[in-house]
Amino acid sequence: MLETIALWLFGIGLAFDVLGCIGLVRLPDVYNRAQASTKCVTLGTTMILVATGLFGVGGNWPLFIKSILCAVFLLMTAPVGAHAICRSAYVSGVKLADVSVEDAFTQRARTIRAEHRQRADEIEKNLREVEKSEEAEA
Amino acid sequence: MNGSSQRKLARLLMLFLMSFALWELLFWSLNFWVVLVGILLSFFVAIGIGPRLPAGIEKLFNPVRWLYLVIYIPYFFYYCVRANLDVAIRVIHPDVPIRPGIVKVHTSLESDLAKAFLANSITLTPGTLTIDIDGQDLYIHWINIQTDDYQKRCDEIVGRFEPLLRRIFE
Repeated sequence: MLETIALWLFGIGLAFDVLGCIGLVRLPDVYNRAQASTKCVTLGTTMILVATGLFGVGGNWPLFIKSILCAVFLLMTAPVGAHAICRSAYVSGVKLADVSVEDAFTQRARTIRAEHRQRADEIEKNLREVEKSEEAEA
Repeated sequence: MNGSSQRKLARLLMLFLMSFALWELLFWSLNFWVVLVGILLSFFVAIGIGPRLPAGIEKLFNPVRWLYLVIYIPYFFYYCVRANLDVAIRVIHPDVPIRPGIVKVHTSLESDLAKAFLANSITLTPGTLTIDIDGQDLYIHWINIQTDDYQKRCDEIVGRFEPLLRRIFE
């Protein structure tokens, strides 16, 4: 019984993974592609992990626990990764695809860029001071 | 010992116990060396990341909140599967029917932990992906913008998770 469920979960999980990969190719820009890869691939992989775990129920409990833990970590980290990729893509100037209908992030991205520039300037200033003091010592 | 350092110690102890439990779950062995290395590593982990934990994490040790977390998981899973089917249909449809864009929504959640969970949940649900959080405003990439109304958007994106997350984290 459990094995049947596990095999079904394997199949469905694989199907979601494949759809995620198709989405990666067919959707227009970074942001839409990140959508396909975070959603479909995360759920697909989680299902495969849970299915693997189901094979451990009854005899091989460590297998069950390990795969469930992996699933939990995957669910917690995948969205963070997608968020980081999309945010940095936008801040570094990757445009939205032409089909996009709205963009509310422009202003905020400008602020972030200004902050980054300020920080970079500060670092450069500090470096220059260090160089100067080293020269003075020499 | 005053109240705040006592709380800090309790935090470190909780963190230590959690790391050690995780270690034991992964190793599934009570071999002397496994336990010893586990204790040492958990100790360093607790000392290393204890001071960096977000404020208000002690609230999570309340069992009532765990109950809401247990309700939240299937609730979240339902929307997660729905989101996947939605995106999957868009992907295999010959015309790729998308109407993407970045929208701004407002959340009433205040603690960092709750907002982090909200952002993660949003990313894993119906065609939405959190790009940035600025105070209580969330910038979200939506694969299919359905409405121009600000309030409806907030209800659609954050409304379904807010009540439960508030009970869990705030």
